[in-house]
Amino acid sequence: MSRREKNLWIFGGILIVIYALFPIAWIVSLSLKAPSDLSNQQFLPTQVSWENYELILTGGASDLFLPALRNSFGIVLIATAIACFLAMFAAYAIARLDFPGKKLILSTALAVAIFPVISIVTPLFNLWRQIGLYDTWPGLIIPYLSLTLPISIWTLSAFFREIPWEMEQAAQVDGATTWQAFRKVIVPLAAPGVFTTAIIAFFIAWNDFVYGISLTSTNAARPVPAALGLFSGASQFESPTGGISAAAVVVTIPVIILVLLFQRRIVAGLTNGAVKG
Amino acid sequence: MSTTTLPPAGEKTSPKSAPKRAISDRARAERKLGWMLAGPAFAVMLLVTAYPILQAFYESLFDFRLTDPENRSFTWFSNYYVVLTDRIWWISLGVTLFITVVTVAVELVLGFGLALVMVKALSSIRPIIRAAILIPYAVITVVSAFAWQFAFSLTSGFVNTWFGWVPGIGADTDWFGGQWSALFVVCLAEIWKTTPFISLLLLAGLAQVPEVLQEAARVDGATWWQRLTKVTIPNMKAAIMVALLFRSLDAFRVFDSIFVMTGGANNTETVSFLAYRQTISRLEIGLGSAVSVLLFLCVVIICAIFIKGFKVDLSSTTGDK
Repeated sequence: MSRREKNLWIFGGILIVIYALFPIAWIVSLSLKAPSDLSNQQFLPTQVSWENYELILTGGASDLFLPALRNSFGIVLIATAIACFLAMFAAYAIARLDFPGKKLILSTALAVAIFPVISIVTPLFNLWRQIGLYDTWPGLIIPYLSLTLPISIWTLSAFFREIPWEMEQAAQVDGATTWQAFRKVIVPLAAPGVFTTAIIAFFIAWNDFVYGISLTSTNAARPVPAALGLFSGASQFESPTGGISAAAVVVTIPVIILVLLFQRRIVAGLTNGAVKG
Repeated sequence: MSTTTLPPAGEKTSPKSAPKRAISDRARAERKLGWMLAGPAFAVMLLVTAYPILQAFYESLFDFRLTDPENRSFTWFSNYYVVLTDRIWWISLGVTLFITVVTVAVELVLGFGLALVMVKALSSIRPIIRAAILIPYAVITVVSAFAWQFAFSLTSGFVNTWFGWVPGIGADTDWFGGQWSALFVVCLAEIWKTTPFISLLLLAGLAQVPEVLQEAARVDGATWWQRLTKVTIPNMKAAIMVALLFRSLDAFRVFDSIFVMTGGANNTETVSFLAYRQTISRLEIGLGSAVSVLLFLCVVIICAIFIKGFKVDLSSTTGDK
């Protein structure tokens, strides 16, 4: 590769980084603007102010934002855990056992993954009201399974196919009990796959807005994206822009850290499940 | 004695003539174990999708408003008639199709470019690019929608200041005041957020193009462009089609950006938003369910077009060897 060509690809790389980070930089910059500065029509704040963060963490908007943060973490973690738990057994069966219906299960997962979410919401809205699940944690955890379970089954089956299962027998030949062989050999091999699957499933449920906005009405279960959509300013005449930006930064930073730490695995998980199969 | 085991529901029975030998006990045990392990996940998936869509279909046959439960009456398909003869439905369908076609087309080209850069990039900067590309994927759609809305907004935005030199853009350009300009911003936000996903799928497809073919073409004197269009792209057609199918269906249910950025004003309502507004805001359970069922049918039709029309081979992705 010539020097000129090399520089060209590096330039392309820099463009990509700017492309990816620009809106993030903008929302961070916006969150640091004082209310009077919000409409300066410039990219950067004239003066850095922490007012917006105070507003959402201790101030007037905290009773909307903090419960939402708690709801989001709780509901999404539980939905991810249930999905991974169920998907582990299913993926093990798909990767290791020979039984009719494998294809049916994988196709169903695919169909569920592309299902229009809003078509699930409308009947659930009425049903949840009747049976008292409206605006509760379980009322969101159950529909969230439609988001987390299919992707978990796909990604995990792809990961489990790559595990050298013969090692389990090898360990047993060497004198390990079945349980030891499972715990000392298979679990360490399978754990990274399960972990990656959990991260991807977490992202998808964390991103949900349709269920969150439709199936909740109060702080009891409303997750962060829905709360962001309903944010209003400190007073009727103040725009909620600053508060929304600060809240957006708070919920985006942990996700970005996760991405930076586990990028290689996330890419492998996303592409394995979808293309290689 | 050979006993035929009852196959699990939904499975094809094997043709009677073919297997002379009975299924061995071991195979039968394996089948049973397979369904025992995978069954719960399968049941949960059906429970959270098949059941609601059937319920939606049932409810769509009633004239039913939640605020007026006394007057619930069975009206066959009149809800569908109401929806399909209303301009609002066709406008929202048009807007949804417009967003789908524009975003998917742009994302395909852009995503392919990103994937090429990632392949070509030096190994030292590849992790940086990969991490950067994953960030839009991981950012909540609502957050991305707000970021883009604020950037273009009349009061807090910087776009009008930065691009004031472009003819037609001035300090008072109200992007969300008109249908086309609002849709433009919505598409931008969608493209930013979902191009990484498509580029990762294409990257995996690129990796599957045999290097030998590239070499051979190079030896034969093919230019870079010829190699791209005659060797690379035909060889990754399957990956491209799968990426297109996934993204089209994803784009077709666009909701978050519309809710945040326009609230459906100025004829920017999409089908998902229409279903939401009928059911959740107006409490018209019957009409909303009808829209939901129609949306579901649209998704089925898009799927069918891709699979039959473009011959997308999903069996290569369903992972059945």
